[in-house]
Amino acid sequence: MELVKLKINGKDIEAPAGSTILQAAENSGISVPRLCYYPDLSPMGQCRLCVVEVEGNALLPASCVTPISAGMVVHTESPAVIEARRIILELLLADHPQDCMTCDKMGDCRLAEYAYQYGVRDSRFVGERHNYAVDESNPFIIRDLNKCIQCGACVRACEEITGRDNLSYMYRGYNRKVTTADDVSFVNSDCVFCGQCVAVCPTGALTEKQIHGKARTWELKKVRTTCPFCGTGCNFDLCVYEGQVVGVKSSSDSVVNGRALCVKGRFGWDFINNDQRLTTPLIKRDGNFVPASWDEAINLIAERLSEIKNKYGSDSFAALSSARCTNEENYLMQKFTRGVMGTNNVDHCART
Amino acid sequence: MAGLATSFGSGAMTNSISEIGQAELLLLVGTNTTEAHPVIGYKMRQAARRGAKLIVVDPRRIELAEEADYWLRIQPGTDIPFLNGLMHIIISEGLYNKTFVEERTENFEALKETVEKYTPGYVSELTGISTPELYAVAHLYASTDKAMTFYTLGITEHVCGTNNVMSIANLAMLTGHLGRPGTGVNPIRGQNNVQGACDMGALPNVFTGYQKVIEPAAREKFEQAWGVSLSGDVGLMIPDMFERANSGEVKAMYILGENPVLTDPNSNHIRSGLDRLEFLVVQELFLTETAAYADVILPAASFAETNGTFTSTERRVQRVRKAIEPLAGKSNWQVIAELCTKMGLVVNYGSAEEIFTEMSALTPSYGGISYARINKQGIQWPCPTAEHPGTPYLHASSFTRGKGLFQAVEHIPPAELPDQEYPFLLSTGRILYHYNVTTPYSTAINSMWSEENAEISPEDATRLGLYNGETVKVTSRRGEVTTKVKVTDRVFPGMIWMSFHYEDTPTNALTSAALDPVTKTGEYKVCAVKIEKIQ
Repeated sequence: MELVKLKINGKDIEAPAGSTILQAAENSGISVPRLCYYPDLSPMGQCRLCVVEVEGNALLPASCVTPISAGMVVHTESPAVIEARRIILELLLADHPQDCMTCDKMGDCRLAEYAYQYGVRDSRFVGERHNYAVDESNPFIIRDLNKCIQCGACVRACEEITGRDNLSYMYRGYNRKVTTADDVSFVNSDCVFCGQCVAVCPTGALTEKQIHGKARTWELKKVRTTCPFCGTGCNFDLCVYEGQVVGVKSSSDSVVNGRALCVKGRFGWDFINNDQRLTTPLIKRDGNFVPASWDEAINLIAERLSEIKNKYGSDSFAALSSARCTNEENYLMQKFTRGVMGTNNVDHCART
Repeated sequence: MAGLATSFGSGAMTNSISEIGQAELLLLVGTNTTEAHPVIGYKMRQAARRGAKLIVVDPRRIELAEEADYWLRIQPGTDIPFLNGLMHIIISEGLYNKTFVEERTENFEALKETVEKYTPGYVSELTGISTPELYAVAHLYASTDKAMTFYTLGITEHVCGTNNVMSIANLAMLTGHLGRPGTGVNPIRGQNNVQGACDMGALPNVFTGYQKVIEPAAREKFEQAWGVSLSGDVGLMIPDMFERANSGEVKAMYILGENPVLTDPNSNHIRSGLDRLEFLVVQELFLTETAAYADVILPAASFAETNGTFTSTERRVQRVRKAIEPLAGKSNWQVIAELCTKMGLVVNYGSAEEIFTEMSALTPSYGGISYARINKQGIQWPCPTAEHPGTPYLHASSFTRGKGLFQAVEHIPPAELPDQEYPFLLSTGRILYHYNVTTPYSTAINSMWSEENAEISPEDATRLGLYNGETVKVTSRRGEVTTKVKVTDRVFPGMIWMSFHYEDTPTNALTSAALDPVTKTGEYKVCAVKIEKIQ
């Protein structure tokens, strides 16, 4: 691989030819602020927050779409760059609701993070503000276009990850918005509710409905696990608050799926909180299920299975294990069937 | 699994999901990937849009058919003629990989002889695929260097499921599309831990890692490890269990996390079997249709309440971590362990990890895997030692069984095809929004998708006077259900397609009792029904 030498913030670095300035900077440990750039999506140069100063270039190019060249001298935090970023943030905030204290994105909002980092308290630009109706047409995603900064990450995620092509830009100028074909609600669109758009949205424009109002993002305990809904083996984080699972977040460092999930993995987990869950052993007495203690239930099973084994022989017993349970549970189930009941009558429904 | 085990010696996906990115051609036979395995489906669509050739073989106009270079609308149950037809063309035109066939396989002559009569004309008649398309696809598949084949239950849920699988294996061996990245024969597992449940020996003929119960050495190993004596008689597969429950030979069952009343074919037979049992234990999250028959129900812990591992379709062993305490106070493994101890096999596991450690010591393909090693990222088996990095693709320099075995397989038509009385062909499967059992209990999902919408063609709908959302009664020789209909050209005239997710439309009351003779898998994909509009 051909390496190109350049200087960023006074530091001599080498990076593969064809890299962008942003990639070269990040590879050498220099972080560059950005709202629209994601390594797993095509670069767009939309938000302009990643602008840098390149000596000899009168403009401030967006580092996410500007390739490096030999001998380039780059400054990522020069006064001109900082001033430009402040103006960009002010322009974004000029038409952004200031309801951060009740916004579910609070704590995870990159717009807020950069406003804080660059000390942008309010905007000098005063003008008309959008007042879009919030799309709550479905149980999964809340779409509040008033908080959209038009970075296009959702458009690219929908097209480049899921391939659903459900989101695009509509209208021009001040009226430009990211929306579905014909500007209909999600539920009336081709949306398959994979939630990739939510996973990449840097602001509160797209958020998970299930988690709304339940907990602040910094209060969530995240537990990395494996999805239980098909054989792909996607990983995600279960978000736990006060002993309850309140949501799922995907993460680009998952080896199989990266940020991608489907509707079941991202939004179907709430079966675990269903109030029809069984919470106590039940024993059938006179045709009705009666609650019992674990000891009662296990003793009864041990007693009845021993009787049946003694009376009819080992092969009068059969066990169905489960392709939905863990390896450890399946291992124990066959150990119990073989080692305790003395038969090889153990199977599960997905033998093919 | 049995099919690939016969052909290659190992019944698992040969290659890895990430290799879709390297493949130049994807051949999808009987897999509606974007709905049943969405994240793999995304990668296939990305590959097609990047320029990889995509061939979709499916009776339904599934989403990926829209992205495909070739969508072959095959008549259900004619996969073997189709595959034999491709091989006929490839062999007769000398396009097969002679070096691979010579060095890596055996029994080629038998295959050659069998496929000889599957001429393009004959095959086209049986499958409904035109001869120019057969030639084009045969040429494309044979001449592409990196071609991956994927299949799921559209291949296996037939009376000839095992033969279908072996036929796919034949095609891949014939063209040398094995043992390298971006190639292979890749069954995508439907459920999260199908691979693991098989690997763990939740099967009537093998212990963990496919060590056979009939082999004395394997038995002895487990007898020593567990301190018990073990039976060398192969046990019963599920359909036989219910057969013997009906006949009174099986008296007691323990069902962990399965709902055969809803998910197994010919559900009335399952119900009567459960009814006859003297004692039934069901360990479940919910009071399912099956649990209603139980004498004792044990409340199960969900995946979020469980420490353990799942093994994904690409043989990747990954951690499942407990995020919250079990609602009913006990992990599933704790309950089974307590029962073992209570009945005389004393086990003292302090954690799921200790069970895994015991298992991996007894299972060569898992021997090098430990919780510590898979803390951040799963490992793909075989992984025999603690230093082994795992195996992204199988059969690199030789097959698990040594040489790949060509199996000459003939066309076996579905057990039940439409006739005058039952003129429609019913095929079944999964939809994007639901999984086999748990999703109906997701408040969010159920609020959007709570009832069956059987797919029926515009032609048939017109003939029967049916509009979207109207209700029909669907009847087979085994049962009847009512369902709403969705009029769509995803299905061809004469075909109706239904999912099996809804309690109110238990589709498996209709499905055929016919089984693949080897795996005893039901023929969910084809049966005959009639349809009547309900006013």
